[in-house]
Amino acid sequence: MSIRVENISKVFERFPALNGVSLEVKEGDLLALLGPSGSGKTTLLRIIAGLEFPGRDGGKVFLDGREVTWESAYARRAGFVFQHYALFNHMTVGENIAFGLRVRPRNTRPPEAQIRRKVSELLTMVQLPGLEDRFPTQLSGGQRQRIALARALAVEPKILLLDEPFGALDAKVRKELRKWLREFHDRTGLTTIFVTHDQDEAFELADHVVILHEGKIQQSGTPKEITSSPANTFVSDFLGFNDS
Amino acid sequence: MSSLSITSHTPNHDPKPVVYALTAFTFLTVGLLLFLPLVAVFAEAFSKGPSVFWETFRDPVTQNSILLTLKVAVVAVPLNTIFGMAAAWAVTRFTFTGRRFLISLIELPLWVSPVIGGLLYTLIFGLQGWLGRSLEEHDIQIIFAYPGLVLATIFVTFPFVARVLIPLMESLGQAEEEAAVTLGARGWQVFFRITLPRIKIGLFYGIILCNARAMGEFGAVSVVSGHIRNQTCTMPLQIEILHSEYQFAHAFALASVLSLLGILTLLLKVYLEGQASRRLPIEIPERRRHRDPATPLP
Repeated sequence: MSIRVENISKVFERFPALNGVSLEVKEGDLLALLGPSGSGKTTLLRIIAGLEFPGRDGGKVFLDGREVTWESAYARRAGFVFQHYALFNHMTVGENIAFGLRVRPRNTRPPEAQIRRKVSELLTMVQLPGLEDRFPTQLSGGQRQRIALARALAVEPKILLLDEPFGALDAKVRKELRKWLREFHDRTGLTTIFVTHDQDEAFELADHVVILHEGKIQQSGTPKEITSSPANTFVSDFLGFNDS
Repeated sequence: MSSLSITSHTPNHDPKPVVYALTAFTFLTVGLLLFLPLVAVFAEAFSKGPSVFWETFRDPVTQNSILLTLKVAVVAVPLNTIFGMAAAWAVTRFTFTGRRFLISLIELPLWVSPVIGGLLYTLIFGLQGWLGRSLEEHDIQIIFAYPGLVLATIFVTFPFVARVLIPLMESLGQAEEEAAVTLGARGWQVFFRITLPRIKIGLFYGIILCNARAMGEFGAVSVVSGHIRNQTCTMPLQIEILHSEYQFAHAFALASVLSLLGILTLLLKVYLEGQASRRLPIEIPERRRHRDPATPLP
């Protein structure tokens, strides 16, 4: 599913978080939103998911060409993965993953046996088979983030939105998960946007990178395009080209 | 517990005499001012033997006062529970002007004397009050009647549930609720499956405190009750009547029931605090620290 964002603006208590941001993500693309903290990248991701709404006359969001600007997150059903996992700690891993299926109305809810099968398939896919009965607090950070991904994928979203997915993990686990996510994306071709402040992560992982600063897009393009010709001094400073 | 031991955790390692003196002083004060009177209540209640104790509860007037107290609490506590949850939801999940002021205002009944609460309702609903005339025309009696007792009790116990829930829900954040919504859960599913299980210990804690206070309230209730015996006297008011009529054993027998309720509440509170500290996930403070400054506070 393609994503298009047109001229999005958002103000938080007089401080502008986003200022006329437009971007397009093609079906099957893996896009990184890169920028320092406070640049508005998480806000943009949350607006695409429907967890936040643009201001009045604050632009439009399209999914597959259909405008969804004022639709709730419930209706959009974008797979969203939070920086701190946001797992339901009072439920087991299996119940977490099954949540999106079990809250469906009875006529579209799959039978229990099918839900269980789906949970076990997803756990195998994120390489944590057999962990159904554990509680999230018994798992490591990397494991929790993969459970959060499995939970998001259970409802078969058409787009995947990841908010600093590796932000809370240590360097080694980050690297491993990064590689794993790229492989996962190549396998599924799910349109994905992820937010990061880590340029290595963005350039290594993404097909396209969008650099945000103070609520505005500074540059967008393939990693090669950006590194070979930074659009302005902010981008070259941010990438560390002027450090030497 | 084999032997008595005291250790100091202050940065400058207070000398032993200071440690012992402060600890002894605290024990002494709590013992003399809180524990001893509590023991005295029970001792006095049984001072004329168990038969007199039981006789207290065979008096229909006393029975009615107990029933009335239960009837007041059974309405006031659920109403304040619903209010407390709604208020906590509003002030922690929405941002609006006057939010801080509203939080302070909810706590107003803790700052003012309960008597003032009672007087306010008399001023509004009493015969000489603002609405007194029209209420009388419609034959509705609020002051010196059951509705007045409920109103006064609601006033006094108003903040209890909200006060527990607001800081709790603020610290929990709402990432889990947001996750549930992106997974396709509707508002009521988010509330019953995610929010309620996470706040239930705090909620229960607020409810038992609210209940203890509702059943024990004297001041506000005393103003609106009019002390009509067998009609508008709740348990605390009945205790006072018995006491002023020199029926000490009966007064203390009834007081011991109220004290028992207090002790039970205290024990439940300690138990729930233990539960809560065991259940709270460890990464809560971290989540707030790493918050992207571009996202608004809950």
